[in-house]
Amino acid sequence: MSGYKKIEMVVGIFVLIGVMSIAWLAIELGGVGGLGSNGYKLVAVFDDAGGVRKGSDVMLAGVPIGQVVSVTLKDNEEAEMVFNIKEGVLIASDATVSIRTKGLIGEKFVRVNQGSEEDYLAEGDEFEDTESAINIEDLISKYIFSGETK
Amino acid sequence: MNIIGQLGRNVMQSIAKLGDATLFALATLRLFFAKPWQGKHFVMQMYAVGVGSLIIIVITGAFTGMVLALQGYHMLVKVGTEALLGPWVALSLIRELGPVLAALMFVGRAGSSITAEIGIMRVTEQMDALEMMAVNPQARVMLTRIIACAISLPLLVAIFDMVGLFAGYLIGVEMLGVNGGVYIGETIDKVGMIDIQAGITKSIYFGLLVGIICTYMGQRATATTEGVAKATTRAVMLCSVMVLILDYIITSFYL
Repeated sequence: MSGYKKIEMVVGIFVLIGVMSIAWLAIELGGVGGLGSNGYKLVAVFDDAGGVRKGSDVMLAGVPIGQVVSVTLKDNEEAEMVFNIKEGVLIASDATVSIRTKGLIGEKFVRVNQGSEEDYLAEGDEFEDTESAINIEDLISKYIFSGETK
Repeated sequence: MNIIGQLGRNVMQSIAKLGDATLFALATLRLFFAKPWQGKHFVMQMYAVGVGSLIIIVITGAFTGMVLALQGYHMLVKVGTEALLGPWVALSLIRELGPVLAALMFVGRAGSSITAEIGIMRVTEQMDALEMMAVNPQARVMLTRIIACAISLPLLVAIFDMVGLFAGYLIGVEMLGVNGGVYIGETIDKVGMIDIQAGITKSIYFGLLVGIICTYMGQRATATTEGVAKATTRAVMLCSVMVLILDYIITSFYL
């Protein structure tokens, strides 16, 4: 019987290591219980959402403070985004948001430019001012056509 | 004309076999709830199949992570994006290479032994002996092995991924000099729950598949030495191919 008990122990340890590995992968890398699980929601309306998707980062001073929860079409002309901002992060009511790119060819993220007002945005509030994504193709075409007209 | 007839016969035979295997699997899995509960034998099989494969899984995991980091670095550095080495290694391991390579190793280490063992049990009439002792061989021998495979493989894959990630980190950061903070930060940033889910789901299906195919092939082996050898070869071949086919199918759901 002692032989079997030993096998039982080894199998137990094996299962434990395996389950711990899955848990580690899920918690450390999968971000379970990390960003987005609690916090408050803010809304912003952009002329052009330009590549921002659900799950994209929201950053303030280069630090991730939340994620984009949804990107939807508003009144058939503008893009409405809902952000989930981490608990405890205060954003002034005159703060603005803009869409930026990480690095030259990196992914799109939403940058919050902190304002100077004393009161802060709360659950469900909308950003007053937004700056849309810079469209490189638009810039290039503008450059080309301005060259032609000269 | 004869060739076409032969082809038809072969196709019919394969379909009949597929049906036979499915019925076999269903009949076996249904015994999971039957008494007596084979708890002790599950543990014994977990030991043989899971713990037994641990070393080969750790070795393959480590070297897969290392070579991914090495290859990835030399490719990414050409476009100046070596900061993405972390996610490159992690996503390749978690989504694809972990489940598939671990399953292939598992087939070689555990699957082949299952088929051979069951085949030899039939040759030496141990199955009949079990039945004589009022033990249901399907519950004691087949079911315990199938379940052990389905439980062990996901655990082995998780260990494979972990070892691979650490090995990749060692090569990427310690040897090739990628910034450690960036490496870990980007990895955590880019790997999502869906990636881990995809990897683990795959491995559960692979485990079930390997268990079912290997026990079935052992059970249906011709009761001769040659028959067992043939069945083992076929089981390993079939499992490997099926793992790759199933991998494509599951991946297409998770993208």
